[in-house]
Amino acid sequence: MNATTPLSAGTAATAIEITGLSKWFGQFQALRNVDLTVTRGERIVVCGPSGSGKSTLIRCINRLEPHQQGRIVVNGTELTDDLRNIEAVRSDVGMVFQQFNLFPHLTVLENCTLAPIWVKKRSKTEADATAMRFLERVRIAEQAPKYPSQLSGGQQQRVAIARALCMNPSIMLFDEPTSALDPEMVKEVLDTMLDLARDGMTMICVTHEMGFARAVADRVIFMDRGEIVEQNTPEAFFSNPQSERSKQFLHHVLDRYEDLG
Amino acid sequence: MADTLSDTRSVSSAPPTTSAGPLSWLKKNLFSTPTNSLLTVLTLAVLAWIVPPALDWLVFKAVWGPQPLAACDAVRGQGACWAVVWEKFRFMMFGVYPFDQQWRPALVIGILVSLLVISGIRWFWRPSLAAIWAVGIILSYWLMSGGLGLSPVRTEQWGGLPVTLILSIFGIGFAFPLGILLALGRRSSLPVIRSFSVVYIEVVRGVPLITVLFMASVMFALFLPERMRIDQLLRAQVAIILFVAAYLAEAVRGGLQAVPKGQVEAAQALGLSYWTIMRKIVLPQALKISIPPIVNSFISLFKDTSLVVIIAIYDFAYAVKKSVETDFSWKKYFIEAFLFSIVIYWIFCFAMSQYSQWLERDLARNTQR
Amino acid sequence: MLRSERFRNLLYQALLLAAVVGIGWYLFSNTQHNLQTRQIQTGFDYLSREAGFEIAEKQIEYQSSDSYGRAFLVGLGNTLLVAGIGVILATLLGTLVGIARLSPNWLLSKIASSYVEVMRNVPLLLQLFVWYGLFTELLPSVNEAIAFGDWLFISQRGFRYAWPAEHPAWSAVGWGLLAGIALAFGWKSLARRRQLRTGLQWPVAWPSVLLIAGVPLLAWALMGAPTEIDRPVLEGFDFQGGRVLSPEFAALVIGLSTYTAAFIAEVVRAGIMAVDRGQTEASMALGLSPGQRLRLVTLPQALRVIIPPMTSQYLNLTKNSSLAVAIGYPELVAVSNTTMNQTGQAIEAIALLMAVYLAISLAISAFMNWYNNRVRLIER
Repeated sequence: MNATTPLSAGTAATAIEITGLSKWFGQFQALRNVDLTVTRGERIVVCGPSGSGKSTLIRCINRLEPHQQGRIVVNGTELTDDLRNIEAVRSDVGMVFQQFNLFPHLTVLENCTLAPIWVKKRSKTEADATAMRFLERVRIAEQAPKYPSQLSGGQQQRVAIARALCMNPSIMLFDEPTSALDPEMVKEVLDTMLDLARDGMTMICVTHEMGFARAVADRVIFMDRGEIVEQNTPEAFFSNPQSERSKQFLHHVLDRYEDLG
Repeated sequence: MADTLSDTRSVSSAPPTTSAGPLSWLKKNLFSTPTNSLLTVLTLAVLAWIVPPALDWLVFKAVWGPQPLAACDAVRGQGACWAVVWEKFRFMMFGVYPFDQQWRPALVIGILVSLLVISGIRWFWRPSLAAIWAVGIILSYWLMSGGLGLSPVRTEQWGGLPVTLILSIFGIGFAFPLGILLALGRRSSLPVIRSFSVVYIEVVRGVPLITVLFMASVMFALFLPERMRIDQLLRAQVAIILFVAAYLAEAVRGGLQAVPKGQVEAAQALGLSYWTIMRKIVLPQALKISIPPIVNSFISLFKDTSLVVIIAIYDFAYAVKKSVETDFSWKKYFIEAFLFSIVIYWIFCFAMSQYSQWLERDLARNTQR
Repeated sequence: MLRSERFRNLLYQALLLAAVVGIGWYLFSNTQHNLQTRQIQTGFDYLSREAGFEIAEKQIEYQSSDSYGRAFLVGLGNTLLVAGIGVILATLLGTLVGIARLSPNWLLSKIASSYVEVMRNVPLLLQLFVWYGLFTELLPSVNEAIAFGDWLFISQRGFRYAWPAEHPAWSAVGWGLLAGIALAFGWKSLARRRQLRTGLQWPVAWPSVLLIAGVPLLAWALMGAPTEIDRPVLEGFDFQGGRVLSPEFAALVIGLSTYTAAFIAEVVRAGIMAVDRGQTEASMALGLSPGQRLRLVTLPQALRVIIPPMTSQYLNLTKNSSLAVAIGYPELVAVSNTTMNQTGQAIEAIALLMAVYLAISLAISAFMNWYNNRVRLIER
């Protein structure tokens, strides 16, 4: 079933529909029969121990990883090998990486205008205006003519967020956005993400930052060994985890937080 | 809304397609996309067109072993005449070295190759390696030239593989200290020393080896007083040493740059002199980092020794060339002779380049911070 | 005073200077004496004397009655021709092989790596001998030349090919080609400006091809559309007419190109691999097509890593062209060698030779430094 219908923005309430998703890396099964439904405007935090498949899950959503079994439908378009579907999905889904992945040979402004010009066929003036708007939104507009290597890690990640936003996505994916940052820069990035959440963006965020989860998430999903073990509201999940594995995980993570005061 | 799974162990299932086995390997590596499949088919077609006749000529219909000329003439055009290698082997290996004394150059080949192998083993990376090299070089020289119990053999009679090894190994051996001095000189703060080093390095690296060899063979005679006669081989050797030193200097320079400045400063703070700092702290680290480019310089040098053909010195390449050129009946099998020499060179160079790549990976692994 | 560092520094430098000057003086006086004894002249006047030897291949007019100086220029022209063509062929072949090595197709990638590992580890001189041997010994004699119709004949004497006869239209075609290329660039910049202004993209590839092919075609048609072709015809012991690629030239160019291509392949591969995987992923996530990814993100970053070692390979190729003397192609070294043997003035000849190569090396290095500075990734 190849759904090549154009993205129906705003009409369907379901942003992402995942059914029976399984993915293998060679013989190793990274995702086991995952089911997930994300509604528009929902903010989801995915957590779990390393190797649990959380990054793999969100990378499947914009087809950075292909899946072998199950269905992924993003805004009404099913993700298959069909290149047109993939490109349609990618234009509508923004991604922020752990390692920022800014283009070092382009200025901050050029990083943000590259895709709008070449994919959405905007003119330079239009793209520049959009870019400056979003750079202001992440509070980094004055760095526009600089090159990525001239910025700190926190600044680079905020540029990465602006770059993704310049494509006007309806869904934003965050793959451990603060894990590569020095502690003092984590806050500025989380604040930016908080802003985004308050404006109603559909977000799926893989992170260890539990404070962020508590403040922003509508739903916390705990994954372990390739499957969704538990999902609940943050309050319910943090105060009353149901499964053993969740309890263990929270024990380790929150211990760390409590030690740090 | 709570949503949990039971805490029983998760069940893993096998991936849907056959992800193991030869069929899936073929699909993934050769036929994954239409373009790929097309490329594979085209390549296989070309291979099928070239390989069977080539194998025929090279192996199946070829004449192996010490066969007479007639056997080769019989398969001319259809099979290679490898018998030419057997026929000319001694000449290709040893040139015009006296026949009954050829055990000496054979021994020298063994000594020099062992020198290379030993230098590759980490355990020997210590100052005593220089002593081992000195012993190896002196021993080889004695065996080749004679005196002290062995019948003397003039350098004009040296030839073949030992000459190639001598030119390259003596070359890099003597060029090494010179190269280090040049590298240090290039980083010196003293203007005269630095300019001298820079000019030397840039000039030598900017000209082809052939011109340096020409200079050696033709101009050295003019540079020295009449009574002093330097034989051809020595001239070529000196030219090669002076040439390689410039390239080694650049290789070592990279290593010197990689040693953190803080170490030199700490040593200076401790009151150590320049040469002590160089000897004990900077050079050991710098040289270790520079080993891959130094090995690459040696591989290039080994290939470049073939250029002494131009000034008529009997190295391995020249010996091979002469072995078929001068013998009218075997002359037409020069291709087989060249291919043989190519194989020998290739074995040496490939082994060294594999070693160099392995070494680079090994050093990178051990210096991960 | 001996302990003063400044004094010691001066002392070392003075010592080195004294040593260099001393040795230099010693060599110089020996040379003077030897030159006198052997009655060899000095100075560069020999350059204006008659050369007295023929040069088989030349890019400029030359006869044996011309001067040594002119012979030198002929050699230089040949060197530059071989180096120029060699660089172009080596870059094309090397880039293909380098990309093939990265191909997901196992067969292609293995063949490419075998090519690199074989060509890199065999001395260039031997490769030239083999190519030259193939072209002179294995190819048939002129009478039994391999013929492709009547426009290409391959024999021991080289590759004899048909070429359009002399006609003014052909120089017009040459100009047309340059004009076509210039117009193609113009179109490209026009399209880019429009894209920046409005966001719409005009096609660039097809119009460029059309211009580069069409304008010369137009020039040809307008100037009389000559169709006469100078065909090689066997007369007596050799072909007459047409143009020829000598076995020496062919062996040299093919040998140099295939050898250097192996090194260039490694340079290209390293450059492409140096681009972080994350860059590709980020550009994929933004929705760029594979072609756009390659053009806008991968290649700009790869080129920065590729250009410096690539220029170094170009330098090596130019220096390696000196091996032509071993197979008898009359480039700079070969001509200088003959001159040296005839006049006995080795010092001047070799000095001139080294000066020319040095000039070429410095020019290429200067270019590389300029390019490097221009595209350096701005660091903090």
